[in-house]
Amino acid sequence: MAQDYIRTMPVGISLARRKLYDVHLDPWLLLALAVVGVFGLVVLNSAAHGDRTILNNQMLRLGVAFGAMLLAAQVNPRVYLRWSPALYVAGLTMLVVVLVVGTTAKGAQRWLDLPLLPRFQPSEIMKLAVPLAIAWYLHERPLPPSWRDLGVSIALFTVPAGLIFLQPDLGTALLVAGGGMAVVLLSGVRWRIPLAGMGLAVAAAPLLWLAMRDYQRGRVLTFLDPERDPLGDGWNIIQSKTALGSGGFAGKGIGDGTQSQLEFLPESRTDFIIAVIGEELGLIGVTLLLALYLVVVTRALLIAVRAQDTFGRLGAGGLTLVFFAYVFVNIAMVSGLLPVVGVPLPLVSYGGTSAITLLVGFGIVMAIHTHRRW
Amino acid sequence: MVDGHKPPRTKDVEHEQAAFASRTFALLLILAALICVLIARMVYLMVFKHDDYRTLSEENRVQTVALAPTRGLIYDRNGVLLATNRTVFSAFVIAERTKDLRTTVAEVATLLELSEDELAGISDRLATPRRPLAPVLLKLNLSPRERAVLEVNGHRLHGVQVRPSTIRRYPFDAMMAHVVGSVRRIADGDLANRDARRYRATQFIGKHGVEAFYETSLHGEPGMKSVEVDVRGSERRELSRQKPRNGQNITLHLDSRLQIAASAALGQRRGAVVAIEPATGGIIAMASNPSYDPNLFVTGISADQYAELVNSRTAPMVDRATRGRYAPGSTFKPIVGLAGLALGITDWERTIVDNGEFRLPGRRRAYRDWSWKPGNSGGQGVVDLRRAIYRSSNVYFYELGSRMPTDAMPDFAAQFGYGRVSSLDVAGADPGILPDSEWKAGYRGEVWYPGDNVNMAIGQGDLLVTPLQLATAVATIANRGRLVPPRLLRSSDAPLAEYAHEEIVRVSAAALAEHDANAQRRELQPEDWERMVDAMEDVVHRGNKGYRQNGTAWAHIGRDIRYRMAGKSGTAQVVGIAQGEEYNEDELDEYQRKHAWFMAFAPADAPQLAVAVLMENGGGGSSVAGPVAREVLDAYLLPRIAEEAEAPLAQANAPGEPRATGESGDAMSGRS
Repeated sequence: MAQDYIRTMPVGISLARRKLYDVHLDPWLLLALAVVGVFGLVVLNSAAHGDRTILNNQMLRLGVAFGAMLLAAQVNPRVYLRWSPALYVAGLTMLVVVLVVGTTAKGAQRWLDLPLLPRFQPSEIMKLAVPLAIAWYLHERPLPPSWRDLGVSIALFTVPAGLIFLQPDLGTALLVAGGGMAVVLLSGVRWRIPLAGMGLAVAAAPLLWLAMRDYQRGRVLTFLDPERDPLGDGWNIIQSKTALGSGGFAGKGIGDGTQSQLEFLPESRTDFIIAVIGEELGLIGVTLLLALYLVVVTRALLIAVRAQDTFGRLGAGGLTLVFFAYVFVNIAMVSGLLPVVGVPLPLVSYGGTSAITLLVGFGIVMAIHTHRRW
Repeated sequence: MVDGHKPPRTKDVEHEQAAFASRTFALLLILAALICVLIARMVYLMVFKHDDYRTLSEENRVQTVALAPTRGLIYDRNGVLLATNRTVFSAFVIAERTKDLRTTVAEVATLLELSEDELAGISDRLATPRRPLAPVLLKLNLSPRERAVLEVNGHRLHGVQVRPSTIRRYPFDAMMAHVVGSVRRIADGDLANRDARRYRATQFIGKHGVEAFYETSLHGEPGMKSVEVDVRGSERRELSRQKPRNGQNITLHLDSRLQIAASAALGQRRGAVVAIEPATGGIIAMASNPSYDPNLFVTGISADQYAELVNSRTAPMVDRATRGRYAPGSTFKPIVGLAGLALGITDWERTIVDNGEFRLPGRRRAYRDWSWKPGNSGGQGVVDLRRAIYRSSNVYFYELGSRMPTDAMPDFAAQFGYGRVSSLDVAGADPGILPDSEWKAGYRGEVWYPGDNVNMAIGQGDLLVTPLQLATAVATIANRGRLVPPRLLRSSDAPLAEYAHEEIVRVSAAALAEHDANAQRRELQPEDWERMVDAMEDVVHRGNKGYRQNGTAWAHIGRDIRYRMAGKSGTAQVVGIAQGEEYNEDELDEYQRKHAWFMAFAPADAPQLAVAVLMENGGGGSSVAGPVAREVLDAYLLPRIAEEAEAPLAQANAPGEPRATGESGDAMSGRS
């Protein structure tokens, strides 16, 4: 390599922005993510029914996640480029291991207990590793990719997605596959190829049905007709639609959502928290949050466009699309557009794992943006 | 960066960057479109479907809970409680709150020493479907010791609760069981004819007697509260409340002291006593023996206990006073005599010779006197109507009956309340059977034979009456022909919904009007009534006159009586005795022996109480039922006679006999 990445800085910007650039943070992305986080804390406080520990826990977790983002932003993108294949291979290995010896929780083998490490889900790593690994693979190859490169790229995300699907964890499999597909799309393949792929997927749907576990089939059937089992499988979706619908245009007011406050809405602090937002803050609140997410995604994609090499462009774009996939799958699921799959709402749902993963992803995006050779 | 490899195509960085930018822009448009899809979905749910979902969420949130009203109390005429409420503590289990339902129930069973029966009941209740978190009864009515035991062991018994509840209590136990009735746990079908919404919070419903008849008023109106509930159905806060309107307290004509006396007079024997105040129709005592403890049905009765009650040959669950049908026997004779007078086919002077046998013209069948024995036809000699009553001559009435037009006798008897329900508020009162030609054609498909008149004239044949009807008839005679519908209710705090008095009287009058055409050719004169009462007085008081000259009951109850009583005995056959065969009590099963009747009222000239006594399979009317009637009348009249004798001076100042109070009390003094 003749040139190294060097730290550069646009001229004529304010002191505050310069200070942020000093620590490799993008002010727009940071601001949008922080606003989403604060928005999430307000809603979570309502959904927690005044339980201070929940709020404190979540603030701590968000603090850790933003810290992780800050750390990830300091790393030179070359390091990510170099280590992506290793991370990918390690993640893939652990996915295989977890299928064999993983800890079972709620009927699915997702967790891995390793000495000296907290229990974690290897699938979480793959949400970052898959887009980065495909970006690494395509980095030095001519784009749009050749058929062979396209095949390898597709294999790079379908294999881990398949392993995750076998755990079984349909939600995470969708996210991993979504991130990988995004990278392939951004690599410039002709539109007819992904369109053909979609057609193929629709045709393969019956095969997918055969591969599903009973509880997954139940979710799909319930998705198609929640009234099939209103007190069992259908309960969640009926109650979440009731929460959203009863919120109306302006909502019932923060803390006054009866569906969530009286606990008719299950998982109201975690996967179904968008229903709390809809019930208490109405269409206005939901639209506002979606707008914030769109700001995050737009800014991150802008960063990808400005990135200086193929790895930066594809990696930043892929990580952003993983984030978007979270948002879309979660909200579509809660509002009854998709079957119920366990996907949290980024930075709003109670829980730390997804927040850390996603913010580390945005840390990498920021690293790509702020380590430049002009 | 770009070199190092030798790819088949070279990397065109410039072009790639431009292509990526356009590709990213396209993707961003797709993402924005997807966001729009989400927003469109939200608009659909939150704006277009808002009303539907708001309704759904309100249905989730708000529950209406019915509040049980307190059941009204039942008093006797002296203010003595006949049915009251008390608070008891009971143990319940909420299955969902237990760690392990079976061990918890077993633990409670050990602590409370529950019987097999009780455990079976718990299993039944646990097996019946219920809403989530509904408490299931473990044991009703815990003793203080049992409460303490549960309290002490509470930490081990998750899901077990001790709750207070109100249950009915009948202080007189078995004595009032038939007349007051009792409440029972609401079972399937109990609410078929009722507004089930009124019973949502109620556990018990009146069955039998006053509890059944006045169910609507005693029950009261439930209240409502709307509460906000969470998903487990736990109440979070109360939104609104409408208080229940408690059931009405009611006061009956019953006099518990007389009821005690009547029960004591019956003793252990099977039978019934009905005592009516003729002027008001008020039922002062109504006892049926054997009886049962109604409290058992409130606190829970075991299957064995219940089976024993239901299957017992003595039928303790049957209210003989209102539902037992018996042939009236000779107690029917005064009515037949009055019918003869009304029809103008006999008078007080007319006599016949009673040689113990009666044959219809041209027939061989002999109708015999009660005194008939093989080898001695019996008979009362020369009898007029008066003697026919006090000697209870069968032949006189055979002959009189044989001369009556078809249906004239039943049509006349209907005026005394036979063949219909003339009581106003006696639940389940039986109309008995007053056979006439129409009834016989329908029921037996036969024409009315002259022999039917002959049988009916001595109260046999198909004629069946209840003790309550007999009391009504004798009260009507005491009133000299005025039937005052018998009633239990004396007063209430407010008019009662059930007391459609006008309606009952109208229906009853319409039933009577059907009979009117044949009933009377000639108005009965006051003198006819007085002479009939005189003849009935002779039944009791005519004594020391020699062989076949005394009243039939004199020897049994008339020797030492201190007031004037008018009475008539009756003995009703249960099994048919073949022609020429002797009725031999010893050869018959206890349940095939004759029923003994006695009806009476006193004082004869100013009647205060009319009594009908039935002794089931008791034997002779005068000898068995007569003394019971005497005991009841004594218990009622002797204290009054003593009072009057003592206080002729104080009478001027003393307040009068407590009158029936309240509007409905006044409204009841109707005439028939």
